[in-house]
Amino acid sequence: MDNRRIDEIINKYDGKPNSVIMVLMDIQHENKWLPREVLEKVSNKLGVPLSEVLHIATFYKTFSLKPQGRHEVHVCTGTSCHQRGSAKILEKVQDLIGIKPGETTPDLRFSLEKGSCLGCCTLGPEIVVDGMHHSNITPDDVEAILKNYK
Amino acid sequence: MSDILLTIDGKEVRAKEGMTVLNAAQSSGIFIPTLCHHEKLEPYGGCRICTVEVESRGRTNYVASCLYPVEKNLVVRTRSEKIDKIRKVLIELLLAHAPDSPQLLEMAKEYGAKSVRFGKEPSFCVLCGLCVRYCAEVKKKNAIAFVDQGPKREINFIPEIASKECWNCKECFPLCPTSYLQAAYVLTQGLVGFKNS
Repeated sequence: MDNRRIDEIINKYDGKPNSVIMVLMDIQHENKWLPREVLEKVSNKLGVPLSEVLHIATFYKTFSLKPQGRHEVHVCTGTSCHQRGSAKILEKVQDLIGIKPGETTPDLRFSLEKGSCLGCCTLGPEIVVDGMHHSNITPDDVEAILKNYK
Repeated sequence: MSDILLTIDGKEVRAKEGMTVLNAAQSSGIFIPTLCHHEKLEPYGGCRICTVEVESRGRTNYVASCLYPVEKNLVVRTRSEKIDKIRKVLIELLLAHAPDSPQLLEMAKEYGAKSVRFGKEPSFCVLCGLCVRYCAEVKKKNAIAFVDQGPKREINFIPEIASKECWNCKECFPLCPTSYLQAAYVLTQGLVGFKNS
């Protein structure tokens, strides 16, 4: 992420120290993760100690301190989806892209997360890729779905 | 500003407005055990060892004395069967994390706490926050911070700052009730490789 964009985001909040969370959220949203240099820059610009910035960045689950893939894959493991066999789907996804939940593929194509209920219980079991719900699927459908995301 | 009169363990104590029950007790020589309290730091209320029984407006309540402000006619008891039990359980829980902390063992003797009751889960840090707060409030260096959340919460030296500031300071070392802090420092030192600068 280039420095100018970070400056723009910080200026949007008038560089106030109490806007750390908002600034970090905006950067997280655009960049998908928070590199160390970005945290240092935010700390310098806002006059908030680096330890405080790290405290916040590690506390909230929204923030990722590790690089994230281009596509976010969420597999629902909530009660309804679990009943309808989401465990098998998660297994299939893991087999296909070769990572466990919370990890990212080395080519930065996918990040895998599991969620306990993604909100569409009637459509389960489902996976959500980049915000797009793929519902009522079987393990056999997974390959065709993931193929669309390069 | 007029003084506030309150009773601690049957003794009349004069206190100024804005003082905490712990301050008032200490100023009149009444002992309340503490762990996360430090006179130079803002009250934290993390360890709850200083829990006392307060009686105000006819109600009895159990509060952390390091945070509770003095009030007129407050009746405070620093030892009772229930308080001893509260402190005992707290010490046992802390001992599960730091089984050999001298400070905790001493208190354990006083309150009859045994470390076998809860499974030992030595993380060696009891998250009292003394080091983190001392570095931020007194030294204003912020070289050490809490990271992560919930059961994974821990203290960490920030290598960028620690490599510059810590070597000549180390004032937080004697504060730590468990000696974990020194270990964390050496670990950071080992990982990042900074030394006398």
